[in-house]
Amino acid sequence: MLKLLALVGFTLSLSQFSFSAEKLVLTGSSTVAPLLGEIAKRFEKSHNDVRVDVQTGGSSRGIADTRQGVADIGMVSRALKPSEKDLTAFTVAMDGIGMIVHSSNPIEKLTQEQILNIYKGKVKSWKNVGGPDKSVTVVNKAEGRSTLELFLKHFQLKPYEIKASVIIGDNEQGIKTVAGNPNAIGYVSIGAAEFSISQGVNIKLLPLNGIVSSTENVRNGRFPLSRPLNLVAKGEVSGLKKQFIEFAKSSEVSDLVRDQYFVSVEQ
Amino acid sequence: MFPLSSENLLVASLKFCAGVCSGIVFLIILFVANEAIPSFTSPGFTAFFTDEAWYPTYNQFNLVPMIIGTLCLASGAVLLSAPLGILSALFCHFYGKGLTLKIYRRIIELLAGVPSVVFGFWGLMVLVPMIAKIAQPGASLLAGVLILFIMILPTMALTADVALEQVPKSLIQGSYALGYTKTRTLLSVVLPSAKSGLAVGFILQVGRALGETMAVLMVTGNVVQIPESVFNPIRALTSNIALEMAYAVDHHRSALFFTGLILILVVLALVLLSHSLQRTADGR
Repeated sequence: MLKLLALVGFTLSLSQFSFSAEKLVLTGSSTVAPLLGEIAKRFEKSHNDVRVDVQTGGSSRGIADTRQGVADIGMVSRALKPSEKDLTAFTVAMDGIGMIVHSSNPIEKLTQEQILNIYKGKVKSWKNVGGPDKSVTVVNKAEGRSTLELFLKHFQLKPYEIKASVIIGDNEQGIKTVAGNPNAIGYVSIGAAEFSISQGVNIKLLPLNGIVSSTENVRNGRFPLSRPLNLVAKGEVSGLKKQFIEFAKSSEVSDLVRDQYFVSVEQ
Repeated sequence: MFPLSSENLLVASLKFCAGVCSGIVFLIILFVANEAIPSFTSPGFTAFFTDEAWYPTYNQFNLVPMIIGTLCLASGAVLLSAPLGILSALFCHFYGKGLTLKIYRRIIELLAGVPSVVFGFWGLMVLVPMIAKIAQPGASLLAGVLILFIMILPTMALTADVALEQVPKSLIQGSYALGYTKTRTLLSVVLPSAKSGLAVGFILQVGRALGETMAVLMVTGNVVQIPESVFNPIRALTSNIALEMAYAVDHHRSALFFTGLILILVVLALVLLSHSLQRTADGR
């Protein structure tokens, strides 16, 4: 019994010890989370008594958690909607969404109309858009993902209009699915796609409206299908939160932004 | 009332531990049920079966294609793995010898320990492209059935192994003494005698097949539709929760909890069924 009490006491004192460090909780977009994870590590190095906890779960979760106070800062991979103006957004980087196909696919470009028809199921074979006589595997994102929202908004589509062959969760799964299927078409974050291409993954990015899908064109604002990566916070931003947000926007972390193939806003 | 002996202390702490364990299960069921309750008023219980499709952000909540998809997936995998699992156990008990048997048993145990996401990754990179050569898009009911089959085969083999172990040696010796051949003994004495033990393993595997998420999510394509052939993509109930829960709010969220509640209740029913089978077997 004494031993048990001692154990309980020990556990309590341990938990108290871990509470003594200041803690920041970030939740939200799976696109932003890996970048903020790196930024958080660097921030912790220069601030010894601060723990930064980065959790993924999607932009909607970032918004909801920040509103409810579960998270100090939310990560949101789109501009805030009018209904979300109770939160303040700080853009840390830009990201573009690019159409990807398997690298063996002879198609070099698709028009806006062709992409629309492929996703609506009106074009079922690559032959109809100038490719081989193979049926198109349409890769779409699951409901609620910010990539899907941005895609739908750009192409003015409703979710039920899309005739998908495969539905995926995050960028990584999308890239693997397209890399494993020579007839697939999908859309993922350009940063993630460029990174995978540099790692030798069998995919290629298609231009959109004649503009090359590259981080360069996202930075200079020419690329049409792009989005800001935001940190959001509720109410007055001060103290540790303010320090962290300013750090994430600063040139001290622009190499980390580049490493993730995003585009830093700090010039 | 009782003297505080070490015996009483032990019993009390064991009771406490058992209480905590079962309490956690009840709390989880209560939590899931509580989160699912709003879905009974809106969209309403019947909406899950009568709505046109599953577009939760557009207030369409039809679960039927996913229920059918899940059942096809689980039954396909179990029907494939059960005979092979039982044959594997028969091999272990009556034919395998020495080093071969030892290595074989280790391999089965190793297979049982591989994390599901590894199977999923392998399925996505190897199995799905292979199936895609036969019929597009590759990610399909068939891919899901095959991955699940490989995943539950080792546990099916191990439970069958245990069931055969429990067949009394005297029965087998008696059978030989009556002049039965080895094959005849296996078919007419061993298998009938191990029947209920095998059934228990079978039912538990159905439960596991229904609940598996990660690997299934990666290879089945996740399109919400009633499959017309094994090459069609499907979405399992578990995949639906994993894909959408992180982003779901309001009705969408409670609908997903409702899905979870269905899964818990089905697995609970399976466990109760296997328990009653076990009892009939023991009471024999």
